[in-house]
Amino acid sequence: MRSPESPVLSISGLVKDVGPLPTLDGKMLRVVSDLSLVAERGQVTALLGANGAGKTTTIECAQGLQRRTAGSISLLGQDPDTAGAALRARVGVMLQDGGLPPSARPVPLLKHIAGMYQDPWPVEDLIRRLGIDTFSRTSVRRLSGGQRQRLALAAALVGNPEVLFLDEPSAGLDPQSRQMVFGLISELRDRGMGIILTTHLMDDAQRLADYVYIIDAGHNVAEGTVAQLLQHELQPGSGQQRVRTLLFEAEPGLDFTGVLPDAVRVSEARAGSYAATGALTPADLAAVTAWWAARGIMPTSMSLEARSLEDVFLDISGREIR
Amino acid sequence: MTPVLGSAPAPLPRRILLQGKYETVAMLRNGEQLILAVVLPLLAMVGLTVTPLLDGLGASRIDVAVPGILALCAMSTAFTGQGISTGFDRRYGVLRFLSTTPLGRTGLVAGKILAVLAVLLLQVLVVTAVALMLGWRPDPLGWLPGLALLVLGAAAFTALGLLVAGTVRPEATLAITNLLWILLGALGGIVIPAERLPALAEAVVHFLPSGALGQALRDAFLHGSINTGAVLVLLLWTAIAGGAATRWFKWN
Repeated sequence: MRSPESPVLSISGLVKDVGPLPTLDGKMLRVVSDLSLVAERGQVTALLGANGAGKTTTIECAQGLQRRTAGSISLLGQDPDTAGAALRARVGVMLQDGGLPPSARPVPLLKHIAGMYQDPWPVEDLIRRLGIDTFSRTSVRRLSGGQRQRLALAAALVGNPEVLFLDEPSAGLDPQSRQMVFGLISELRDRGMGIILTTHLMDDAQRLADYVYIIDAGHNVAEGTVAQLLQHELQPGSGQQRVRTLLFEAEPGLDFTGVLPDAVRVSEARAGSYAATGALTPADLAAVTAWWAARGIMPTSMSLEARSLEDVFLDISGREIR
Repeated sequence: MTPVLGSAPAPLPRRILLQGKYETVAMLRNGEQLILAVVLPLLAMVGLTVTPLLDGLGASRIDVAVPGILALCAMSTAFTGQGISTGFDRRYGVLRFLSTTPLGRTGLVAGKILAVLAVLLLQVLVVTAVALMLGWRPDPLGWLPGLALLVLGAAAFTALGLLVAGTVRPEATLAITNLLWILLGALGGIVIPAERLPALAEAVVHFLPSGALGQALRDAFLHGSINTGAVLVLLLWTAIAGGAATRWFKWN
């Protein structure tokens, strides 16, 4: 669902080398290689990948915080390496480490940053929207992780940007903060802001993103809407079927031999906790419940799970620990 | 309220002024910083007027002492104070965050210089007031070159402080700038004139920013004269440290 309107961010063939690193005998390390992506106005674009995949490096090149080795980047039609204050005023950045001075207090800090803009988001409104009024007199160093993230988001939004970069926005967020932050992100998207976020959490991508780029070892290995990615490997005519998992709990030590097709894997992870994974059909479910009925087994719980973005991600980026 | 998306930056002078004001307030709120910037220089000044350390230099103790104390103030604020605060701002990502706002890297550095000058002005006012009460009689012709020299000294020491802050860890910046403040303060020709130092130190202090600033300020306030050699030394330090900081400063 890419819109024909000019994108807010367009990266093409990005390469970033760092070093020389003493740990590599003084050689350079290529952290991003040939990465391309496009982010649209009014959409949340997620860069999804494991830690160290090159997500932060990529968006820092887009923000002008790191110089790229090769490739081209267009942020609101300009090169971030040479653009000036006029471009920076249209772009909001929330860094992974927050970037807020530990001794600062939230309200004076936000008012200070607001002063850098001609027409900022009213600070009073922003602190109310993000619940900052509850800790407005506490110095940054005494804030909880969630409070700090909310303040960092406010600092990124105070210039009322057209493009918003969020580096791991849900890190350290408690459920309430998460609700508040995710609600605001959705609203800003609906208002036309182009939002680019990095995350290693599938759940973030699944809940927020309109379009996802899966980044692995410095380049993008898959892209699409969440729905498209969930269909990954289910190409028409490939003969593949959707994998599902039936989870249920019953008495331990049941022998399922012959109940389900051989292709369905049945395991008892903990005593009495079973998982049947495979291309399950309605007939398979009927067979299982009929088998229970014949033996008078009443499971204490049962659920059916579709493939998650996490499965897709692991399929694509490999299951080995990086 | 539904804000309209997209903003223009505030004009550059306003951005720099705001950052300068913000950093000035932060420096003045920092207790350790105030001790280094005001309390220790005042104690040193009183110490030099009640001991015979500066006797026999052709002028009263206080007249010899005060120019060096003003130089010490410049070193406190520009080198140690700004160096440490920049080092920790770098550690916490504050420099990176602010450089993504309309302030930018240039505005950030300009704001820091402005804050150094603002704090230095307050230090000069306090030290001058106390010194006049203690009987300081500066050469009236010394004020103009004296203040210009303080600005030049602040430039050299700010460049050096940013060079340290931008290249090593903040803990190391803390140690280096504090240690150098003590060493240069005692033996760098800043408050104790070169001729009163051990022979080895006497030979080198003329080429140090501390010795050059101390001597140039003494020449200005004692005799109303301009020490061009010392001015050249300060200009050279500013250029070299400024160039090195621009080249090697790491923002993250």
